[in-house]
Amino acid sequence: MAIDTVLWSRLLTGLTLTFHVIFATIGVGLPLMIAIAHLVGLRKKDKHYLLMAKRWTRGFIISVAVGVVTGTAIAVQLAIVWPNFMQLAGNVIALPLFMEVFAFFFEAIFLGIYLYTWDRFRNPYIHWLLTVPVVLGAAMSAFFITSVNGFMNQPEGFVLEAGAFTAVNPIQAMLNTATPSKVFHVLSSAYLTGASLLAGIAAFSILRKGASEYSKKALKLMMGAVLLFGILTAIAGDVSAKFLAAHQPEKLAAAEWHFETESGADLILLGWLNAEREIVGALHIPKALSFLAFGDFNAEVTGLNEFPPDEHPPLLVHYLFDLMAGIGFTLVALSLLYFLFVLWKKRNEYNRWLMRAIVCSAPLAFLGVEMGWFYAELGRQPWMIRGYMRVEEAATTSPSVRVLFFLFLLLYIVLGTLCVFVLRRMFLHNPAEAELEEAAKIEEQSRKEGEPR
Amino acid sequence: MISYELIGISVLWLFLYGYLIVASIDFGAGFFAFYAKFTKKDHLINRLISRYLSPVWEITNVFFVFFFVGIIGFFPDTAYYYGSSLLVPASIGIVLIAIRGSFYAFENYGSKENIVFLFLYGATGLFIPASLSVALTLSEGGFIMEENGTVYLEYMNLLTSPLSWSIVGLAIVSVLFISGAFLTFYAARADDQPAVQLLRTYALFWSTPTIIAAFTAFIYLSQHNERHFNNMMDMWWLLALSVGFFMIALWLLYKGRRYGLAFISIMLQFACAFFAYGIGQYPYILDPYITIQDGATHESMGIALVAAFIGGLLLLIPSLILVFRLFLFDADYVRGKR
Repeated sequence: MAIDTVLWSRLLTGLTLTFHVIFATIGVGLPLMIAIAHLVGLRKKDKHYLLMAKRWTRGFIISVAVGVVTGTAIAVQLAIVWPNFMQLAGNVIALPLFMEVFAFFFEAIFLGIYLYTWDRFRNPYIHWLLTVPVVLGAAMSAFFITSVNGFMNQPEGFVLEAGAFTAVNPIQAMLNTATPSKVFHVLSSAYLTGASLLAGIAAFSILRKGASEYSKKALKLMMGAVLLFGILTAIAGDVSAKFLAAHQPEKLAAAEWHFETESGADLILLGWLNAEREIVGALHIPKALSFLAFGDFNAEVTGLNEFPPDEHPPLLVHYLFDLMAGIGFTLVALSLLYFLFVLWKKRNEYNRWLMRAIVCSAPLAFLGVEMGWFYAELGRQPWMIRGYMRVEEAATTSPSVRVLFFLFLLLYIVLGTLCVFVLRRMFLHNPAEAELEEAAKIEEQSRKEGEPR
Repeated sequence: MISYELIGISVLWLFLYGYLIVASIDFGAGFFAFYAKFTKKDHLINRLISRYLSPVWEITNVFFVFFFVGIIGFFPDTAYYYGSSLLVPASIGIVLIAIRGSFYAFENYGSKENIVFLFLYGATGLFIPASLSVALTLSEGGFIMEENGTVYLEYMNLLTSPLSWSIVGLAIVSVLFISGAFLTFYAARADDQPAVQLLRTYALFWSTPTIIAAFTAFIYLSQHNERHFNNMMDMWWLLALSVGFFMIALWLLYKGRRYGLAFISIMLQFACAFFAYGIGQYPYILDPYITIQDGATHESMGIALVAAFIGGLLLLIPSLILVFRLFLFDADYVRGKR
């Protein structure tokens, strides 16, 4: 019975996070893309890019709304589903949680101003400057919340005395060893996902209605961003793996199905385990795991068997890891292929198959982010705070969590459906080309009337 | 030197007060928008309402999260007691807030007028303050119990308590009163006479119930928690000030002038009452389990949080001033010319 409640608590929190992460990633990733498009539009004096910034912001605000409410949900759920965790860890980790709200507040305020002040400033660059606090606020809130997750993996900045945390150093807890690599990985992958989403939308519009000037420009700009942030994400992933190898070896070992400590360890891709826990049907890359973990093909990598069995993460994480990394590399490869076609004049870069692949890359990018978080969370099991508090000690004892799981499932289904519905309505019947025409008409009219605006 | 936990609770109480005002405006506006549609007067005020709410609704929501995260940070025991006992009611609260926030955005940015969205928006505007106000009732003690290491909520006690229902009633009518008065002021700034007249009747209508509900809740408090009641009576002058500000606001609204001053009087009316209530509850956060001194976090964390708070305010106050200058006090924007 006790086990059941813990499992339902995990499922409920997992459900909320899975749903929230979609919107949180958009919330971090999109503002930068909007700022880039807006700046390019101002510098090139190109109304297409300006319209991109406008339209993306309009769609963005819908996703922010869902992000805000699911973010509120997870903030409250941390306290009501994991009361013992918050009571203990709140003493150490409250600072970044608190500052995250400030950072988000900052982002929300300037997003509101930015959205409603097109044409209110004489100097258009002042309006563009409003995107800076939005981008920074988003990045800072990602930083703070990721540092809380870092703390759960790498708890530092306190002394444990008689079951309570004492000698608390909030700054050290926030800037724990896990924070830098995690923040780097979260930020780069959010930008990568934001760019993939927008590139996917542009490709979708090219497939449906042919390659208009607007969608061609959007596609090219965003594929550039995919390439840049794809490479950065790969670097961040490498940094994270090296962090794990040094500080959380059991998490890396579980992801790589690396059971025995050895030097010159192989990297294992996919495959499955038979009844004797032997790896079957996998692809072995000789010595690559040692290189991934330490940058040295002959380095010794700690195996999972070094750890007590009741502290092993579930071995399922192997697939999550492979999927995440596989998607990351696919996105980079796709953007390279696109630019190859652009440079190689003979090939048409709006090739239908390439467009289809780019459309698919948008949901794939989100899947990659989800897999990454699943790996981060499942890979920490059985711990809530690694080494200090197991999940079953942290959870609520109330059996109502089971009912609440279904209540929230229903809520997220409704929110998700409506969000898609509203976005479709917003953009499908109001294509960019129609907006451009309308803007041109209004401009014409005001010129006739002799007014500047 | 004031102790850090006292600074912490004061800051949080101030934030809760801020939330009370901005959220009341927002919640009440939702109800009025629906009510006006229902009585076919929406052409008078709904554009005005959405013009005010569009840029600020997220800010309102963040006030709530800010208070919530702050109180858990300063007083982690609140997570344990309130968290353990409020799993179900708080979850329902989140669902309501989620419906409200997202549906508002869907309605406002996404689609044309939709009566279902508007209904949900209006209904949640009354349900959310009603359910949030229950937390105040719980802090009075006698509803959250701890036995053999498990914390639970006495649902029957809560549902049959006249104190609980009187606070719910007070929350709902105050929301409508505060919101009506603010929107009257906003319409007056926009120089929109038909809207001013309609909203002024809303504000006047809800004024008397507010003061009656306040007295009712006060009387039931005296029966439920005498210590708290007596502490508040010791601050009789603060309560008298509150009533005084109420009279000023009522007079201005009745005379139909200086709506800005009327709204400020209402803010002061609620500030006096809210702080009298809060100071009267000292030192308890949850009677009798959590006091400010015993429940506080470590000193290093408390100081870090206060520092973060000051730093954050230095960043936020200028930004909020900018928002207000652009959307609240820019007469052209309010009139809909921008």
